[in-house]
Amino acid sequence: MGKVWAIILKDLALQRRSREMLNSMFIFALIVILVFSFSFELRVERVKQIAPGVLWVAFTFAGMLGLSRSFILESDQGCLDGLLLCPVDRSVIYFGKMLSNLLFISITEAIILPLYFALFNLPFKLLLLPIIVLGTVGFSAVGTLFSAMTVHVRAREVMLPILLFPIVMPALIAAVKLTGGILDGQAWSEMTHWLQLLVGFDVIFLAVSYMAFDYVVEE
Amino acid sequence: MSWRELTFRDLLSAVSGVAMTVALCLVFLVAPREAIMGDVQRVFYFHVSAAWTGYLALLVAFLASLLYLLRREGRWDGVALSSVEIGLIFVTEGIISGSIWAKATWGAWWTWDPRLTTSAVLWLIYASYLTLRQAIEGETRRARLAAVYSVVGFVAVPINFMAIRWWRTVHPVVFERAGCHLSPAMLATLIFCVATFTLLYFTLLSYRLRLQRMSEQLQQLRR
Repeated sequence: MGKVWAIILKDLALQRRSREMLNSMFIFALIVILVFSFSFELRVERVKQIAPGVLWVAFTFAGMLGLSRSFILESDQGCLDGLLLCPVDRSVIYFGKMLSNLLFISITEAIILPLYFALFNLPFKLLLLPIIVLGTVGFSAVGTLFSAMTVHVRAREVMLPILLFPIVMPALIAAVKLTGGILDGQAWSEMTHWLQLLVGFDVIFLAVSYMAFDYVVEE
Repeated sequence: MSWRELTFRDLLSAVSGVAMTVALCLVFLVAPREAIMGDVQRVFYFHVSAAWTGYLALLVAFLASLLYLLRREGRWDGVALSSVEIGLIFVTEGIISGSIWAKATWGAWWTWDPRLTTSAVLWLIYASYLTLRQAIEGETRRARLAAVYSVVGFVAVPINFMAIRWWRTVHPVVFERAGCHLSPAMLATLIFCVATFTLLYFTLLSYRLRLQRMSEQLQQLRR
Protein backbone atom coordinates (compact mmCIF):
# COMPACT_ATOMS: atom_id res chain seq x y z
CA MET A 1 0.00 0.00 0.00
CA GLY A 2 2.88 2.33 0.85
CA LYS A 3 4.35 1.60 -2.58
CA VAL A 4 1.09 2.47 -4.32
CA TRP A 5 1.08 5.72 -2.37
CA ALA A 6 4.64 6.48 -3.51
CA ILE A 7 3.58 6.29 -7.16
CA ILE A 8 0.62 8.58 -6.50
CA LEU A 9 2.90 11.08 -4.70
CA LYS A 10 5.33 10.97 -7.62
CA ASP A 11 2.53 11.86 -10.08
CA LEU A 12 1.25 14.56 -7.74
CA ALA A 13 4.72 16.13 -7.47
CA LEU A 14 4.97 16.08 -11.27
CA GLN A 15 1.63 17.80 -11.65
CA ARG A 16 2.38 20.33 -8.92
CA ARG A 17 5.39 21.46 -10.91
CA SER A 18 3.92 21.59 -14.38
CA ARG A 19 0.10 21.46 -13.99
CA GLU A 20 0.12 20.66 -17.70
CA MET A 21 -2.40 17.84 -17.45
CA LEU A 22 -4.83 19.35 -14.96
CA ASN A 23 -5.01 22.68 -16.77
CA SER A 24 -5.73 21.17 -20.14
CA MET A 25 -8.29 18.74 -18.71
CA PHE A 26 -10.16 21.50 -16.92
CA ILE A 27 -10.25 23.85 -19.89
CA PHE A 28 -11.27 21.07 -22.25
CA ALA A 29 -14.14 19.96 -19.99
CA LEU A 30 -15.36 23.55 -19.82
CA ILE A 31 -15.20 23.85 -23.60
CA VAL A 32 -17.19 20.64 -24.03
CA ILE A 33 -19.94 21.93 -21.72
CA LEU A 34 -20.09 25.26 -23.54
CA VAL A 35 -20.09 23.68 -26.99
CA PHE A 36 -22.93 21.39 -25.98
CA SER A 37 -25.01 24.18 -24.50
CA PHE A 38 -24.57 26.30 -27.61
CA SER A 39 -25.31 23.50 -30.04
CA PHE A 40 -28.37 22.13 -28.21
CA GLU A 41 -29.91 25.33 -26.84
CA LEU A 42 -31.91 26.04 -29.98
CA ARG A 43 -33.62 22.70 -30.34
CA VAL A 44 -34.06 21.31 -26.85
CA GLU A 45 -37.03 22.69 -24.92
CA ARG A 46 -35.84 21.85 -21.44
CA VAL A 47 -32.12 21.99 -20.99
CA LYS A 48 -32.48 19.61 -18.06
CA GLN A 49 -33.13 16.79 -20.51
CA ILE A 50 -29.65 16.90 -21.96
CA ALA A 51 -27.81 17.98 -18.80
CA PRO A 52 -26.77 14.49 -17.54
CA GLY A 53 -25.38 13.52 -20.93
CA VAL A 54 -23.45 16.76 -21.27
CA LEU A 55 -21.89 16.27 -17.85
CA TRP A 56 -20.65 12.77 -18.64
CA VAL A 57 -19.42 13.62 -22.10
CA ALA A 58 -17.42 16.47 -20.56
CA PHE A 59 -16.02 14.16 -17.87
CA THR A 60 -15.08 11.35 -20.22
CA PHE A 61 -13.57 13.60 -22.90
CA ALA A 62 -11.51 15.49 -20.33
CA GLY A 63 -10.59 12.21 -18.63
CA MET A 64 -9.41 10.90 -21.97
CA LEU A 65 -6.97 13.80 -22.26
CA GLY A 66 -5.55 12.99 -18.84
CA LEU A 67 -5.32 9.28 -19.54
CA SER A 68 -3.57 9.77 -22.86
CA ARG A 69 -0.84 11.76 -21.09
CA SER A 70 -0.60 9.40 -18.13
CA PHE A 71 1.82 6.86 -19.56
CA ILE A 72 3.34 9.06 -22.26
CA LEU A 73 4.75 11.27 -19.51
CA GLU A 74 6.34 8.15 -18.09
CA SER A 75 7.82 6.92 -21.34
CA ASP A 76 9.19 10.29 -22.48
CA GLN A 77 12.34 10.26 -20.35
CA GLY A 78 12.56 6.51 -19.90
CA CYS A 79 10.64 6.80 -16.64
CA LEU A 80 8.46 3.82 -17.50
CA ASP A 81 11.49 1.52 -17.70
CA GLY A 82 12.63 2.80 -14.32
CA LEU A 83 9.21 2.22 -12.87
CA LEU A 84 9.07 -1.30 -14.26
CA LEU A 85 12.54 -2.06 -12.92
CA CYS A 86 11.45 -1.12 -9.40
CA PRO A 87 11.38 -4.15 -7.12
CA VAL A 88 7.61 -4.00 -6.79
CA ASP A 89 4.77 -6.10 -8.10
CA ARG A 90 3.25 -5.00 -11.42
CA SER A 91 -0.13 -4.72 -9.70
CA VAL A 92 1.36 -1.99 -7.47
CA ILE A 93 2.23 0.00 -10.58
CA TYR A 94 -1.25 -0.55 -12.02
CA PHE A 95 -3.07 0.52 -8.89
CA GLY A 96 -0.69 3.45 -8.33
CA LYS A 97 -1.26 4.79 -11.83
CA MET A 98 -4.96 4.00 -11.73
CA LEU A 99 -5.44 5.87 -8.44
CA SER A 100 -3.41 8.86 -9.61
CA ASN A 101 -5.48 9.01 -12.80
CA LEU A 102 -8.62 8.74 -10.69
CA LEU A 103 -7.35 11.57 -8.49
CA PHE A 104 -6.60 13.92 -11.39
CA ILE A 105 -9.89 13.25 -13.14
CA SER A 106 -11.72 13.75 -9.83
CA ILE A 107 -9.96 17.08 -9.22
CA THR A 108 -11.04 18.24 -12.68
CA GLU A 109 -14.59 17.06 -11.99
CA ALA A 110 -14.66 18.85 -8.64
CA ILE A 111 -13.78 22.14 -10.34
CA ILE A 112 -16.19 21.59 -13.24
CA LEU A 113 -19.18 20.50 -11.17
CA PRO A 114 -20.10 23.87 -9.53
CA LEU A 115 -19.70 25.62 -12.89
CA TYR A 116 -21.94 23.02 -14.50
CA PHE A 117 -24.70 23.51 -11.93
CA ALA A 118 -24.47 27.27 -12.40
CA LEU A 119 -24.46 27.16 -16.21
CA PHE A 120 -27.40 24.76 -16.43
CA ASN A 121 -29.19 26.34 -13.48
CA LEU A 122 -29.72 23.02 -11.72
CA PRO A 123 -30.18 22.34 -7.99
CA PHE A 124 -27.15 20.69 -6.42
CA LYS A 125 -27.75 17.11 -5.24
CA LEU A 126 -25.27 15.56 -2.82
CA LEU A 127 -26.21 12.06 -3.97
CA LEU A 128 -24.58 12.80 -7.30
CA LEU A 129 -21.10 12.63 -5.79
CA PRO A 130 -20.96 8.85 -5.13
CA ILE A 131 -22.32 8.23 -8.64
CA ILE A 132 -19.62 10.41 -10.16
CA VAL A 133 -16.97 8.59 -8.13
CA LEU A 134 -18.29 5.18 -9.24
CA GLY A 135 -18.43 6.21 -12.89
CA THR A 136 -14.93 7.67 -12.74
CA VAL A 137 -13.52 4.53 -11.07
CA GLY A 138 -14.78 2.33 -13.92
CA PHE A 139 -13.54 4.78 -16.53
CA SER A 140 -10.04 5.06 -15.03
CA ALA A 141 -9.78 1.32 -14.35
CA VAL A 142 -10.06 0.48 -18.07
CA GLY A 143 -8.45 3.76 -19.12
CA THR A 144 -5.23 3.10 -17.20
CA LEU A 145 -4.85 -0.30 -18.85
CA PHE A 146 -5.37 1.10 -22.35
CA SER A 147 -3.18 4.10 -21.62
CA ALA A 148 -0.33 1.70 -20.85
CA MET A 149 -1.23 -0.28 -23.96
CA THR A 150 -1.09 2.67 -26.36
CA VAL A 151 2.38 3.86 -25.24
CA HIS A 152 4.03 1.72 -27.90
CA VAL A 153 1.37 2.24 -30.55
CA ARG A 154 1.48 4.52 -33.56
CA ALA A 155 -0.96 7.48 -33.47
CA ARG A 156 -1.55 6.75 -29.78
CA GLU A 157 -3.61 9.88 -29.07
CA VAL A 158 -6.15 8.67 -31.61
CA MET A 159 -6.00 5.01 -30.60
CA LEU A 160 -6.86 5.54 -26.93
CA PRO A 161 -10.40 6.92 -27.48
CA ILE A 162 -11.06 4.34 -30.21
CA LEU A 163 -10.13 1.52 -27.85
CA LEU A 164 -11.67 2.94 -24.70
CA PHE A 165 -15.10 4.28 -25.66
CA PRO A 166 -16.73 1.06 -26.91
CA ILE A 167 -15.63 -0.75 -23.74
CA VAL A 168 -16.78 1.88 -21.23
CA MET A 169 -20.14 2.33 -22.95
CA PRO A 170 -22.10 0.39 -20.24
CA ALA A 171 -20.56 2.46 -17.42
CA LEU A 172 -21.38 5.61 -19.35
CA ILE A 173 -25.00 4.57 -19.94
CA ALA A 174 -25.48 3.63 -16.28
CA ALA A 175 -23.84 6.83 -15.02
CA VAL A 176 -25.96 9.03 -17.29
CA LYS A 177 -29.16 7.19 -16.29
CA LEU A 178 -28.35 7.54 -12.58
CA THR A 179 -27.39 11.20 -12.92
CA GLY A 180 -30.61 11.91 -14.79
CA GLY A 181 -32.65 10.00 -12.23
CA ILE A 182 -31.14 11.88 -9.32
CA LEU A 183 -31.58 15.26 -11.01
CA ASP A 184 -35.25 14.41 -11.71
CA GLY A 185 -35.73 13.22 -8.14
CA GLN A 186 -36.65 9.66 -9.14
CA ALA A 187 -37.19 7.00 -6.48
CA TRP A 188 -34.18 4.81 -5.71
CA SER A 189 -36.12 1.64 -6.33
CA GLU A 190 -36.35 2.59 -10.01
CA MET A 191 -32.62 3.04 -10.32
CA THR A 192 -31.09 0.21 -8.30
CA HIS A 193 -30.43 -1.92 -11.38
CA TRP A 194 -28.36 0.88 -12.90
CA LEU A 195 -26.42 1.20 -9.66
CA GLN A 196 -25.80 -2.55 -9.65
CA LEU A 197 -24.63 -2.39 -13.23
CA LEU A 198 -22.22 0.47 -12.48
CA VAL A 199 -20.78 -1.24 -9.39
CA GLY A 200 -20.58 -4.54 -11.31
CA PHE A 201 -18.74 -2.83 -14.17
CA ASP A 202 -16.25 -1.29 -11.71
CA VAL A 203 -15.55 -4.60 -9.96
CA ILE A 204 -15.27 -6.68 -13.15
CA PHE A 205 -13.07 -4.24 -15.00
CA LEU A 206 -10.82 -3.48 -12.04
CA ALA A 207 -10.19 -7.22 -11.82
CA VAL A 208 -9.77 -7.73 -15.59
CA SER A 209 -7.51 -4.69 -16.01
CA TYR A 210 -5.41 -5.68 -13.02
CA MET A 211 -4.91 -9.16 -14.48
CA ALA A 212 -4.29 -7.90 -18.02
CA PHE A 213 -1.83 -5.19 -16.95
CA ASP A 214 0.96 -7.75 -16.48
CA TYR A 215 0.70 -8.75 -20.12
CA VAL A 216 0.62 -5.17 -21.34
CA VAL A 217 3.81 -3.90 -19.68
CA GLU A 218 5.78 -7.10 -20.25
CA GLU A 219 8.72 -5.65 -22.20
CA MET B 1 -5.81 -33.41 -60.05
CA SER B 2 -6.72 -36.89 -58.91
CA TRP B 3 -9.23 -37.30 -56.11
CA ARG B 4 -6.45 -38.52 -53.79
CA GLU B 5 -5.05 -34.99 -53.63
CA LEU B 6 -8.27 -33.57 -52.26
CA THR B 7 -7.76 -32.04 -48.85
CA PHE B 8 -10.13 -31.75 -45.95
CA ARG B 9 -10.52 -28.11 -46.89
CA ASP B 10 -11.75 -29.02 -50.37
CA LEU B 11 -14.29 -31.36 -48.84
CA LEU B 12 -15.40 -28.62 -46.45
CA SER B 13 -15.83 -26.13 -49.31
CA ALA B 14 -17.84 -28.61 -51.36
CA VAL B 15 -20.14 -29.51 -48.48
CA SER B 16 -20.75 -25.88 -47.52
CA GLY B 17 -21.41 -25.00 -51.16
CA VAL B 18 -24.06 -27.71 -51.46
CA ALA B 19 -25.51 -26.86 -48.04
CA MET B 20 -25.80 -23.19 -49.00
CA THR B 21 -27.72 -24.08 -52.16
CA VAL B 22 -30.06 -26.33 -50.19
CA ALA B 23 -30.48 -23.57 -47.57
CA LEU B 24 -31.52 -21.08 -50.27
CA CYS B 25 -34.06 -23.57 -51.63
CA LEU B 26 -35.43 -24.15 -48.15
CA VAL B 27 -35.72 -20.43 -47.44
CA PHE B 28 -37.44 -19.49 -50.70
CA LEU B 29 -39.32 -22.66 -51.69
CA VAL B 30 -39.99 -24.82 -48.67
CA ALA B 31 -40.51 -22.50 -45.72
CA PRO B 32 -44.12 -21.27 -45.58
CA ARG B 33 -45.03 -17.64 -46.17
CA GLU B 34 -45.37 -15.83 -42.88
CA ALA B 35 -49.00 -14.82 -42.25
CA ILE B 36 -48.50 -11.24 -41.07
CA MET B 37 -45.14 -10.08 -42.35
CA GLY B 38 -45.27 -11.87 -45.70
CA ASP B 39 -42.22 -12.70 -47.78
CA VAL B 40 -40.02 -10.16 -45.99
CA GLN B 41 -39.87 -12.55 -43.09
CA ARG B 42 -37.69 -14.84 -45.20
CA VAL B 43 -34.72 -12.59 -44.41
CA PHE B 44 -35.04 -13.89 -40.87
CA TYR B 45 -33.32 -17.23 -41.61
CA PHE B 46 -30.10 -15.70 -42.89
CA HIS B 47 -30.31 -12.85 -40.40
CA VAL B 48 -30.32 -15.14 -37.37
CA SER B 49 -27.69 -17.41 -38.93
CA ALA B 50 -25.32 -14.53 -39.71
CA ALA B 51 -25.71 -13.03 -36.24
CA TRP B 52 -25.18 -16.39 -34.55
CA THR B 53 -22.11 -17.17 -36.65
CA GLY B 54 -20.69 -13.71 -35.98
CA TYR B 55 -20.97 -14.21 -32.23
CA LEU B 56 -19.50 -17.72 -32.52
CA ALA B 57 -16.51 -16.38 -34.48
CA LEU B 58 -15.86 -13.75 -31.82
CA LEU B 59 -16.08 -16.40 -29.11
CA VAL B 60 -13.45 -18.41 -31.01
CA ALA B 61 -11.30 -15.27 -31.25
CA PHE B 62 -11.63 -14.74 -27.50
CA LEU B 63 -10.56 -18.32 -26.72
CA ALA B 64 -7.67 -18.13 -29.20
CA SER B 65 -6.51 -14.84 -27.63
CA LEU B 66 -6.59 -16.39 -24.15
CA LEU B 67 -4.60 -19.36 -25.44
CA TYR B 68 -2.10 -17.01 -27.04
CA LEU B 69 -1.56 -15.15 -23.76
CA LEU B 70 -1.08 -18.42 -21.90
CA ARG B 71 0.99 -20.38 -24.44
CA ARG B 72 2.60 -17.67 -26.63
CA GLU B 73 2.29 -19.65 -29.84
CA GLY B 74 1.95 -17.51 -32.95
CA ARG B 75 -0.69 -19.71 -34.52
CA TRP B 76 -3.25 -18.77 -31.85
CA ASP B 77 -2.79 -15.14 -32.75
CA GLY B 78 -3.43 -16.14 -36.37
CA VAL B 79 -6.65 -17.90 -35.37
CA ALA B 80 -7.79 -14.88 -33.34
CA LEU B 81 -7.13 -12.42 -36.16
CA SER B 82 -8.76 -14.64 -38.81
CA SER B 83 -11.78 -15.28 -36.65
CA VAL B 84 -12.28 -11.59 -35.85
CA GLU B 85 -12.10 -10.68 -39.54
CA ILE B 86 -14.68 -13.31 -40.49
CA GLY B 87 -16.82 -12.61 -37.44
CA LEU B 88 -16.93 -8.91 -38.25
CA ILE B 89 -18.23 -9.70 -41.74
CA PHE B 90 -20.99 -11.93 -40.34
CA VAL B 91 -21.95 -9.35 -37.70
CA THR B 92 -22.09 -6.72 -40.47
CA GLU B 93 -24.33 -9.00 -42.51
CA GLY B 94 -26.51 -9.56 -39.45
CA ILE B 95 -26.84 -5.82 -38.90
CA ILE B 96 -27.60 -5.06 -42.56
CA SER B 97 -30.15 -7.86 -43.00
CA GLY B 98 -31.71 -6.91 -39.65
CA SER B 99 -31.92 -3.34 -40.81
CA ILE B 100 -33.76 -4.36 -43.98
CA TRP B 101 -36.18 -6.47 -41.98
CA ALA B 102 -36.71 -3.66 -39.48
CA LYS B 103 -37.56 -1.18 -42.25
CA ALA B 104 -40.21 -3.55 -43.57
CA THR B 105 -41.81 -4.46 -40.25
CA TRP B 106 -41.13 -1.64 -37.77
CA GLY B 107 -40.97 1.11 -40.41
CA ALA B 108 -37.46 2.30 -39.52
CA TRP B 109 -33.99 1.27 -40.64
CA TRP B 110 -32.67 1.50 -37.15
CA THR B 111 -34.17 1.33 -33.69
CA TRP B 112 -32.25 1.59 -30.44
CA ASP B 113 -33.21 -1.92 -29.52
CA PRO B 114 -30.87 -3.85 -27.17
CA ARG B 115 -29.71 -6.50 -29.59
CA LEU B 116 -29.22 -4.04 -32.44
CA THR B 117 -27.31 -1.64 -30.24
CA THR B 118 -25.22 -4.38 -28.66
CA SER B 119 -24.31 -5.62 -32.12
CA ALA B 120 -23.32 -2.09 -33.09
CA VAL B 121 -21.09 -1.72 -30.01
CA LEU B 122 -19.68 -5.18 -30.66
CA TRP B 123 -18.90 -4.17 -34.21
CA LEU B 124 -17.11 -1.06 -32.91
CA ILE B 125 -15.04 -3.09 -30.43
CA TYR B 126 -13.77 -5.48 -33.10
CA ALA B 127 -13.27 -2.76 -35.68
CA SER B 128 -11.10 -1.09 -33.01
CA TYR B 129 -9.28 -4.39 -32.57
CA LEU B 130 -8.33 -4.43 -36.26
CA THR B 131 -7.36 -0.74 -36.13
CA LEU B 132 -5.18 -1.43 -33.11
CA ARG B 133 -3.34 -4.22 -34.91
CA GLN B 134 -2.46 -1.90 -37.76
CA ALA B 135 -0.98 0.65 -35.38
CA ILE B 136 1.46 -1.68 -33.61
CA GLU B 137 4.94 -2.46 -34.86
CA GLY B 138 6.60 -5.76 -34.11
CA GLU B 139 4.93 -9.13 -34.44
CA THR B 140 4.99 -10.37 -30.86
CA ARG B 141 3.99 -7.02 -29.43
CA ARG B 142 1.12 -6.78 -31.89
CA ALA B 143 -0.02 -10.28 -31.03
CA ARG B 144 0.20 -9.69 -27.29
CA LEU B 145 -1.57 -6.30 -27.14
CA ALA B 146 -4.24 -7.41 -29.60
CA ALA B 147 -4.89 -10.52 -27.52
CA VAL B 148 -5.32 -8.40 -24.38
CA TYR B 149 -7.78 -6.14 -26.19
CA SER B 150 -9.71 -9.07 -27.61
CA VAL B 151 -10.11 -10.58 -24.13
CA VAL B 152 -11.15 -7.29 -22.50
CA GLY B 153 -13.48 -6.55 -25.40
CA PHE B 154 -15.21 -9.90 -25.17
CA VAL B 155 -15.77 -9.49 -21.42
CA ALA B 156 -17.45 -6.16 -22.20
CA VAL B 157 -20.00 -7.69 -24.57
CA PRO B 158 -22.45 -9.24 -22.03
CA ILE B 159 -22.23 -6.16 -19.81
CA ASN B 160 -23.02 -4.00 -22.81
CA PHE B 161 -25.98 -6.19 -23.60
CA MET B 162 -27.35 -5.86 -20.07
CA ALA B 163 -26.88 -2.11 -20.04
CA ILE B 164 -28.62 -1.67 -23.33
CA ARG B 165 -31.42 -4.14 -22.59
CA TRP B 166 -32.75 -1.95 -19.81
CA TRP B 167 -33.74 0.73 -22.26
CA ARG B 168 -36.68 -0.72 -24.08
CA THR B 169 -37.23 -3.75 -26.25
CA VAL B 170 -38.98 -4.00 -29.58
CA HIS B 171 -36.88 -6.84 -30.94
CA PRO B 172 -38.99 -9.99 -31.30
CA VAL B 173 -38.17 -12.77 -28.89
CA VAL B 174 -38.32 -15.83 -31.10
CA PHE B 175 -37.60 -18.44 -28.51
CA GLU B 176 -39.44 -18.12 -25.25
CA ARG B 177 -39.47 -20.65 -22.48
CA ALA B 178 -43.08 -21.51 -23.15
CA GLY B 179 -42.27 -22.64 -26.68
CA CYS B 180 -41.56 -21.04 -29.99
CA HIS B 181 -43.67 -19.11 -32.47
CA LEU B 182 -42.29 -20.93 -35.48
CA SER B 183 -44.04 -23.61 -37.46
CA PRO B 184 -42.10 -26.91 -37.80
CA ALA B 185 -41.08 -26.18 -41.41
CA MET B 186 -39.81 -22.73 -40.39
CA LEU B 187 -37.90 -24.16 -37.46
CA ALA B 188 -36.30 -26.84 -39.64
CA THR B 189 -35.26 -24.20 -42.19
CA LEU B 190 -33.79 -22.03 -39.44
CA ILE B 191 -31.78 -24.87 -37.93
CA PHE B 192 -30.49 -25.87 -41.35
CA CYS B 193 -29.48 -22.28 -42.14
CA VAL B 194 -27.67 -21.87 -38.82
CA ALA B 195 -25.79 -25.12 -39.39
CA THR B 196 -24.90 -24.07 -42.93
CA PHE B 197 -23.56 -20.72 -41.82
CA THR B 198 -21.54 -22.38 -39.07
CA LEU B 199 -20.07 -24.72 -41.66
CA LEU B 200 -19.34 -21.75 -43.93
CA TYR B 201 -17.55 -20.07 -41.04
CA PHE B 202 -15.21 -23.03 -40.57
CA THR B 203 -14.59 -23.19 -44.32
CA LEU B 204 -13.69 -19.52 -44.44
CA LEU B 205 -11.55 -19.92 -41.32
CA SER B 206 -9.55 -22.74 -42.88
CA TYR B 207 -8.89 -20.65 -46.01
CA ARG B 208 -8.00 -17.61 -43.94
CA LEU B 209 -5.59 -19.65 -41.81
CA ARG B 210 -3.94 -21.03 -44.92
CA LEU B 211 -3.52 -17.45 -46.15
CA GLN B 212 -2.00 -16.56 -42.77
CA ARG B 213 0.48 -19.45 -42.98
CA MET B 214 1.44 -18.53 -46.53
CA SER B 215 2.06 -14.91 -45.66
CA GLU B 216 4.23 -15.99 -42.73
CA GLN B 217 6.23 -18.26 -45.04
CA LEU B 218 6.63 -15.39 -47.46
CA GLN B 219 7.89 -13.15 -44.66
CA GLN B 220 10.47 -15.76 -43.70
CA LEU B 221 11.62 -16.24 -47.29
CA ARG B 222 12.14 -12.52 -47.72
CA ARG B 223 14.45 -12.30 -44.74
